[in-house]
Amino acid sequence: MAILADEKTRIIVQGITGREAAAATRDSLEYGAKVVAGVTPGKGGAEVYGVPVYDTVQAAVEAHPADASVVSVPAAFARDAAMEALETGIRLVVILTERIPRRDVVEVTTRAREREARVVGPNSLGLISPDRTRVGMVGGRAADVRKAYMRGPVGIQSRSGGMTTEIANLLTQHGIGQSTCVSIGGDPIVGSTYVDLMPLFEADPETRVMVIFGEPGGGRFADEMPGVRFGHAAAIVEGEQGSTRGKIARLRQAGVLVAEEFSEIVELVRQSLG
Amino acid sequence: MRLLEYEAKQILRDRGFEIPRGVVVRRAGELDQALRSVSFPAMVKAQVPIGGRGKAVAVLRVEDARTARDAAERLLCGQVRGYPVEALLVEEAVPIHREFFLAVTYDTVEKQVILLASGAGGVDVESPDQASPGRMVRRVLDVRRGLQEFEARQVAAKVGLAGRDLMGFAGVVRQAADTFLGLDCTLLEINPLARTDEGRFVVADAHLEVDEDALYRQGDLEKAYGIPRREATGRAPTEFERRAAEVDGIDHRGVAGRVIEFDGNLGLLIGGGGASLTAFDAIRRHGGRPANYCEIGGNPSVRKVAELTKLILSRPGVERIAVIMNVVSNTRVDLIARGVIQGTLEAGRDPVSTIAAFRVPGSWEEEGFTLLRKYGVEFCDRGVSIDEAGRRAVKEI
Repeated sequence: MAILADEKTRIIVQGITGREAAAATRDSLEYGAKVVAGVTPGKGGAEVYGVPVYDTVQAAVEAHPADASVVSVPAAFARDAAMEALETGIRLVVILTERIPRRDVVEVTTRAREREARVVGPNSLGLISPDRTRVGMVGGRAADVRKAYMRGPVGIQSRSGGMTTEIANLLTQHGIGQSTCVSIGGDPIVGSTYVDLMPLFEADPETRVMVIFGEPGGGRFADEMPGVRFGHAAAIVEGEQGSTRGKIARLRQAGVLVAEEFSEIVELVRQSLG
Repeated sequence: MRLLEYEAKQILRDRGFEIPRGVVVRRAGELDQALRSVSFPAMVKAQVPIGGRGKAVAVLRVEDARTARDAAERLLCGQVRGYPVEALLVEEAVPIHREFFLAVTYDTVEKQVILLASGAGGVDVESPDQASPGRMVRRVLDVRRGLQEFEARQVAAKVGLAGRDLMGFAGVVRQAADTFLGLDCTLLEINPLARTDEGRFVVADAHLEVDEDALYRQGDLEKAYGIPRREATGRAPTEFERRAAEVDGIDHRGVAGRVIEFDGNLGLLIGGGGASLTAFDAIRRHGGRPANYCEIGGNPSVRKVAELTKLILSRPGVERIAVIMNVVSNTRVDLIARGVIQGTLEAGRDPVSTIAAFRVPGSWEEEGFTLLRKYGVEFCDRGVSIDEAGRRAVKEI
């Protein structure tokens, strides 16, 4: 088991003829992912590394039923692409595109809620269930992915795609594998937050431990940044977040192990695995 | 992107909000004419992109032209929390009968737009909310259809208004929602929204932030209002930070130049986002003194990395540099290595003794490691964690 995607997950790639998306498609196929079709409006009939390209998601899934879509299109077209996937009944939309207007992101997440679909990202590198599949481009080329990731009992979530691979690599170096690793995305609003994904990991029999890598306003560094201050409205909406120290104390109170430094993660994971 | 108060007010006026009569002054020479065009009492307000201006004595109430001139001249040649005052807004004081608070912003956890309204505005608006939570009216705004008129009236009613006040306030609420969505704002805050003695609702102060990622479809900001794209920072950038931003602008390949200056002896070329924080924290924990923070990523060109290396090494007091990134998949290790070595050599330094740590594993690492070996530079592979690399860099210095 894994969460969100496994070896059976059929993937389409929107924007597949773009340079990054094409490379990600090649690498994912090489890793064993089932990329069944691609979509680039106006380029229907083309092929990318053997994957047929369609003009619309509808045409793509009629010919190749799919469970997940990777959206890798310019920011100005991302809302439309994600909506197209949702309307066609795709259940998992992973948005790699970054810097999408916030209003567009909220439109997409609102629609996804209505359609009972899940959005990961934007500004995500995707997700991976090691040895089974990868949706997106996290970890890079297949050979690099195999170096950093191995299958096992640890789930990973990080806003940063780079740190998703970094944590997996750290664990792999110490012989500890991963169930599913999700780069949830670095933009201010993402379709799936840490908290949104937690129940999925919780319900997954393979996942025994979960590692979350948090960032601003998370790091000690962020606390000391000159001039970082919430306005009135932000303070009211998001609540008083408190200092990093306060957050750590609250996490510990809730029974979460907090690593003081990065490589301590190994020790804490071992403790939790028992 | 935070707009200055006068910019925000210009936009709000054009969208039907009532704004106090005022004039923008950029030089002392413009004062005479400006002061003739407003009546007193008036407010003299420094136009700087930060909150808390009242407490920083950057907003002054003046009773006549003479005190206005004194205040204006003093503000114009000074700074407010590091920001030079390049413009003042001189505007007629609003005769406030009652202050309201009105804001629209994103709830990033619930992924929705929230409209907030309260019958008690002012500087400490978030505290009374905690004392009596019922007083702040919250309403989720549907981004696809905006706020309907009846919904705006519901908000006004919940704030406790009736009669003409209810209708007036509801109008402002509706305009605020429309403006927020139409202008791709990330924050619209009117505080206080002043109800005058005659029952008009006037925007006494406004704080607008526009989504930088939506500027491509908000061309009017620059075309109609002359508001250029600006980098959002917590404070005014230093000379060093400005030069680093120039380096980042050399080409559009990746990022190598968003830098924050610190007072230390260890220059840092670190990335990406999460790894930069991890490396920075590790270096500090082990007693290191970073000369800068930065986030490199997206496979920057060799030239950009070289120029950034040179710039960091040119800072007085920088003895060595550490190059630390997470296991990279998009960025190429060999290009980073080449850039760092090139920059070090161009700065007239010896790579072996200058590079205190090099820890960038990942794509094209074999090629990168070969290059580092050729120059005799020690490096760490993926078996060394980010914090261990940070510790080693500190030990080297």
